[in-house]
Amino acid sequence: MDGMVTGDPALLEVRDLRKWFAGPRPGPFRPRAKVHAVDGVSFDIRRGEVLSLVGESGSGKSTVGRTVLRLARPDGGSIRFGGTDITGLSRDALRPFRRRMQLVFQDPYASLNPKMTVEEIVGAPLAIHEPSTSAAERRRRVEEALSLVGLLPSHITRYPHEFSGGQRQRLGIARALILRPELLIADEPVSALDVSVQAQVVNLMLDLKERLGLTILFISHDLAVVGHISDRIAVMYLGRLVEVAPTQALFATPRHPYTEALLSAVPIPDPTVRRERIVLVGDVPSPLNPPSGCRFRTRCRYALPACAEAPPALREVAPGHFKACIRDDIALASPTSVAA
Amino acid sequence: MSTAAADAALPRPARRRDSALRRFMRHRLAVFGTVVIGLLALACAVGPYLLPFSDTEIDIMQRFAPPFSGAHLLGTDPLGRDILARILMAGRISLSVGFAAMAISMVIGIAVGLVAGYYGGWLGTVLMRFVDAMLCFPSIFLLLAVSSLIGPAVGSIILLIAVTSWMEVARIVEAQIRALKARDFAVAAEALGASDARVMTRELLPNAIAPIVVAATLNVAHAILAESYISFLGYGIQPPTPSWGNMLDNAQSYLTSAPWLAIFPGAAITLAVTSFNFIGDGLRDALDPRMGGR
Repeated sequence: MDGMVTGDPALLEVRDLRKWFAGPRPGPFRPRAKVHAVDGVSFDIRRGEVLSLVGESGSGKSTVGRTVLRLARPDGGSIRFGGTDITGLSRDALRPFRRRMQLVFQDPYASLNPKMTVEEIVGAPLAIHEPSTSAAERRRRVEEALSLVGLLPSHITRYPHEFSGGQRQRLGIARALILRPELLIADEPVSALDVSVQAQVVNLMLDLKERLGLTILFISHDLAVVGHISDRIAVMYLGRLVEVAPTQALFATPRHPYTEALLSAVPIPDPTVRRERIVLVGDVPSPLNPPSGCRFRTRCRYALPACAEAPPALREVAPGHFKACIRDDIALASPTSVAA
Repeated sequence: MSTAAADAALPRPARRRDSALRRFMRHRLAVFGTVVIGLLALACAVGPYLLPFSDTEIDIMQRFAPPFSGAHLLGTDPLGRDILARILMAGRISLSVGFAAMAISMVIGIAVGLVAGYYGGWLGTVLMRFVDAMLCFPSIFLLLAVSSLIGPAVGSIILLIAVTSWMEVARIVEAQIRALKARDFAVAAEALGASDARVMTRELLPNAIAPIVVAATLNVAHAILAESYISFLGYGIQPPTPSWGNMLDNAQSYLTSAPWLAIFPGAAITLAVTSFNFIGDGLRDALDPRMGGR
C-alpha cells in the first residue's frame, strides 16, 4: 500500500501517521482514555499535485493537516517532506522547513491578529525568516503578495476587521504565499465563506497553483468543492483512509460504501434528475471506542459479519485507485450512474 | 473577479480606537477622574514654584494658622509650615511612588503571567501557585515587616509596594494569554516558525492590552494608598520629606485642635485614589465592554 506514487519522488510522504489525544479518565485513578484522532494514515503528494482530504466532522482530517505541519507532535508513523524525515525534528530544526510549507485556516476571522495591520500580518513571514529585509523591501513584497491574491496595495495600512470574510481569506492566502512555499495545506479554506465567495477563493487557489507551481493538500468536507480543485481525493472516516483515487475515478466509480454515501449527498445542478439518496443512519461512532474491524461497518449497508474481524487494509483495486473494504462483489452507485 | 472583491472594502469603517474614546467620554466619572488627576499632577509639578512659601520653611509666629484666614491658604502645621506647599510637594512624592510602583509591578506581573500562560504545564502551575501563595499574605504586614528591616527610602518603598501588588496583574495576564494562544492567529504564527518571544510579545500581548491598562490604572490607586498606609504608620517616607501619608501621621495629635492638618492631605489621597479608580472603570467599559464589573 505504500506504492501510491510511481515516477517522481513525492514532495510529501506520510506513512502510518498516528495521533491521539487524551480523553476523559474512566475512573478517578485510572489513566486517561486515548482518542485515536488519526489512526494509521498513509499518503503521498507529488509536486504540483492537489490532493484533497475529505471526511465528515471529527474524521481527523484537520488533525492530519496540523500533524503534517508538525503543529502537533505525531504519536506514530513518519512524515517526509522533500525527502527529509521531519517527524522528530526539534522546533529549531523545523524552522527552515516552515517557510516551505504553509497553512491556510478555516476561519478567516480567527486566523488574523486583530491588532495588526495588513502589512504586519502579511509581512510576518518575512520578519521571521528574512529579518534583514529592509522596511521598503518588505512593504514592496507585501504589496506584491496582496495584488497576487486580488487585493489592492493600498490595503496595507488597514486592520483585519475592515475586510469581508472572502477578503480576509485572501489575506490569509497572501500571508501563506509571500515566501513562495512549495506545499500549501488548506484546512477547509472556504467552508466559513458564503457560497458566492467560495468559488472565487477556490478559483484563486487554482490560479495561484498554476502560476506558482504549488502543491496543495486541500482539506474539506464538501465533495462539490473538492471535485473542482483536486487531482486526487482521499476519503477519511474516523481517523483512517477508506478510499484514495484520482478525482475522475472517484466520482465515476466509487469503490467504498462510505464514498458512495458521500457522493449521493452532492447536489446535482439539474432538477429533473432523480437519484437514490443514501442516508447514513446514526452518528459517527465515538473515536474513544471505535468499532472493531472496519470502522464504517456500523453504518454500512453492505456490512458482513467478516467486516468486524480485522481492519481492512488500503489496497489497489484499479490503477491508482485504493480502497479499504473487503467487499469486491458489490456494485456501487455514482452520481454519473443515476438511478432513474 | 479579484478586483471586484477588492473594491468592496472601500467605504472605510470607523476605527476602533475612536469608538473606545467615545465610550470613555460617555463615562462621566472617568472623565472627571482624568481631569482631577491632570490638575493634581499639574499643580504638584508647577504649584511649588508659584507659592510664596516653600514646604520646609518654618515660621514660628504662624503656627497652627487656620485655613482661608491669612497668607496661608490651607493654613499651617505645628511648625508654621505652609500646608498647601507641603501637600503639593507631598503630591510629587505620592504620585511618583504610585506611578513607579505601578510600572514595576506591571513589569513583574506581565512577565510572570506571560510565561505562565504561554508555557503552561508544570512551569505555569509553579508560577501561578506562587502567585496564590503571595496573595495569601496580608500585604500590609509584609510591607511593614520588610520596611522596618530595610531603610525607608523612596526607592525601597516603591520596590516594596511593587513586590506586593503584581499578583493580580499576573493572574489577569495569565488567563488572557492562555485563552489567546489557542486562537488561530497564534497557531498561524507558530506555523510560520515564529519564536516564542515573538508570539508572546507581538501576537498575544497586544490583544491583552485592555485588561492590562485597566489593571495598571487601578494599581496606581492601590500604590498611592499603600504608600499612605506605611507612611502614616511611620515606616514609609520620613520627615522632613512630606508625603500625604506622613502628613496624616503628624496630624494625629491635633485632630481636635487643628483638624485641617488631617483634612487636606486626607482629601488629596481620597481624590487621587477615587479618580484613578474612576479612570480604571471608565477604561474597562471603553476598552472591553464584555469584561463587566469587578
